[in-house]
Amino acid sequence: MKNTTLPQLYQEMRRVRTFEERVGELFVRGQSAGSMLHLSIGEESAAVGVCARMRDGDTFTTHHRGHGIFLARGADPDRMMAEIAGKDTGYCHGKGGSMHIADMGLGHLGANAIVGGGIPAVVGAGLSARHQKSGAVSVAFFGDGATGQGILYESMNMAALWKLPVMFVCINNQYGMGTRIDQATANPDLHERAAAFGLAARTVDGLEVEDVVEAATDLMEQARGGTPAFLAIDCYRFYGHARKDKSPYREELEEEEGRKKDPVLQAREKLLTTGLMDTAELDALDDEIAREMDAAIDFAIAGEEPQMQSMFRDVYAPTEPEPEPVRTRLDRILAQG
Amino acid sequence: MALQETTYRDALRLALHEAMQTDDTVILLGEEVGRYGGAYGVTKDLIKEFGADRVIDTPISEAAIVGTAVGAAMTGLRPVAELMYVDFIGMTMDQLANQAAKIRYMFGGQIGVPMVLRTQGGTGRSAGAQHSQSLEAYVMHTPGLRLAMPATVEDAYHLLRQSLQQPDPVVFIEHKGLYTMKGTVDADAEPVAWGQANLLRAGADLVIVTYSRQVHHALVAAQTLHSEHGINAAVLDLRTLNPLDFDTIRPLVEDAGRAMVVSEGVMTCGVAAELAARITEECFDFLEDPVVRVAGEDIPISVSPLLEQNSVPTPELIAETARKMFP
Repeated sequence: MKNTTLPQLYQEMRRVRTFEERVGELFVRGQSAGSMLHLSIGEESAAVGVCARMRDGDTFTTHHRGHGIFLARGADPDRMMAEIAGKDTGYCHGKGGSMHIADMGLGHLGANAIVGGGIPAVVGAGLSARHQKSGAVSVAFFGDGATGQGILYESMNMAALWKLPVMFVCINNQYGMGTRIDQATANPDLHERAAAFGLAARTVDGLEVEDVVEAATDLMEQARGGTPAFLAIDCYRFYGHARKDKSPYREELEEEEGRKKDPVLQAREKLLTTGLMDTAELDALDDEIAREMDAAIDFAIAGEEPQMQSMFRDVYAPTEPEPEPVRTRLDRILAQG
Repeated sequence: MALQETTYRDALRLALHEAMQTDDTVILLGEEVGRYGGAYGVTKDLIKEFGADRVIDTPISEAAIVGTAVGAAMTGLRPVAELMYVDFIGMTMDQLANQAAKIRYMFGGQIGVPMVLRTQGGTGRSAGAQHSQSLEAYVMHTPGLRLAMPATVEDAYHLLRQSLQQPDPVVFIEHKGLYTMKGTVDADAEPVAWGQANLLRAGADLVIVTYSRQVHHALVAAQTLHSEHGINAAVLDLRTLNPLDFDTIRPLVEDAGRAMVVSEGVMTCGVAAELAARITEECFDFLEDPVVRVAGEDIPISVSPLLEQNSVPTPELIAETARKMFP
């Protein structure tokens, strides 16, 4: 299990924050391959707090706003940034991008661009863990938007019914795209739904990362023991749904208030007031992280584009013939005449 | 074991039984697969031998059944999920088409999804519009999904065994009208290779390309054409629609110069449409006639047996159509 001292948690959250800021820059500089970039700024405590309680061998899926979770599970920012830029040097050789990043080595069964789409996979991974007696937990990370999808309830029901080592983590950033949670549901106490299915369930405020760690510790332990768990983490999505979204659907005043709920600054303040770190140490740490993420941008930009022929690779297993390209087929057919 | 008389249903069960016996990672999950034994009895008694941890009765949650199979397949199991009727595939389409089919590709080849989704389709039991469809085109239209459709008792066994050895997700569509069909299975015999079509009847005048239950209708029609009209029609059972064995179709059509495609699925944008287009493109210079599609009517299926039977190709329609190709 990772060290969960506040300096460590701050460092991880700062890495997520800075990574996301650099992703935004990559987009502005026209170097990002995807038009779909969803930043998790404001949600760092959820990613870092839960991942602090995950172990080697555990698996997880994420939603489309999952950079921070992957990073907190140990992802290499170079290969992440390269993937977001669509380069061959990325985790998925440029085929997945921001919303379909994955790494089997770290147990990342995939980010997902379908809201709720990655949730049932953890039920399957839970079955595998039980069959293999591996002791692993599988964690589904998703947003409040996914609580509108039936697949969440099907999955929670099965996990509870079969007592699987599975945890559901709902990062409630208050918005499903442009629709605020209170406009999407009559009962915004999301953990009550999970409790109704028989899961160990609670909601925690995401302002203090240590609170998230504490809640995750308890629930993850229960999940590992066969009582599936659900944790909702309240936070605020600082910026728009996607990179180009200027959030016309919410008031500036609301945003100002929302951004006061900043888990990174909160942890920094606490480190200062408790004397665990001083300003110079924190600034030095922040600078070091900035250099790490700058290097990730450089790595991404310098990376090779995928080869054209790779387009037909990995539709099926490497032992199988690749699909015939349209041009090849047409040349063959028209040459007959 | 060697040669045994059995039915399509029991041959399927035999394949599952052997796979579970030889591979501990094979699990079954789906609605009624355990205690009930499967809506059509395919998984009968398997729970007694392999237990409820490997033969898993699920809630009525088709999307999560398939999604669970996806996650299990990614983490070391070889799940066989059962979708009671192919008509329910719409409930699962995200997990099937966006997840199972695309995971290997999206993740740059890191991992595959070696699962089998067993289901059944087709007419023949007066089951109505939502339990009688032939939706294989939905699957064939999705790159990344393999598609097997056994027509014979032999293939019920061998194709399912082969499906369980594939590195990629296989949708395995049985035909509800064939479960009681009798035949023989030779478990020790070398089966027709995965992905290869099987020429069940040779014939120099016309090639009938088909699959699933329509194979039997085509064979009846071919017999009539031969005995009553002196027309020699070949009948080719495709067995799998993905992979599609065009290498076997091509020389047969080039030799005969005439081709008919028979499918129970509705005609428009269906499997027959795709096959006809390919044959036309690839064999154009050899064709004496347009490639003919004999397919399901572009209508829902009725409960009335009379309407149901006439909504899909019959041996009579196949024979009558072939005759018109030889004026």
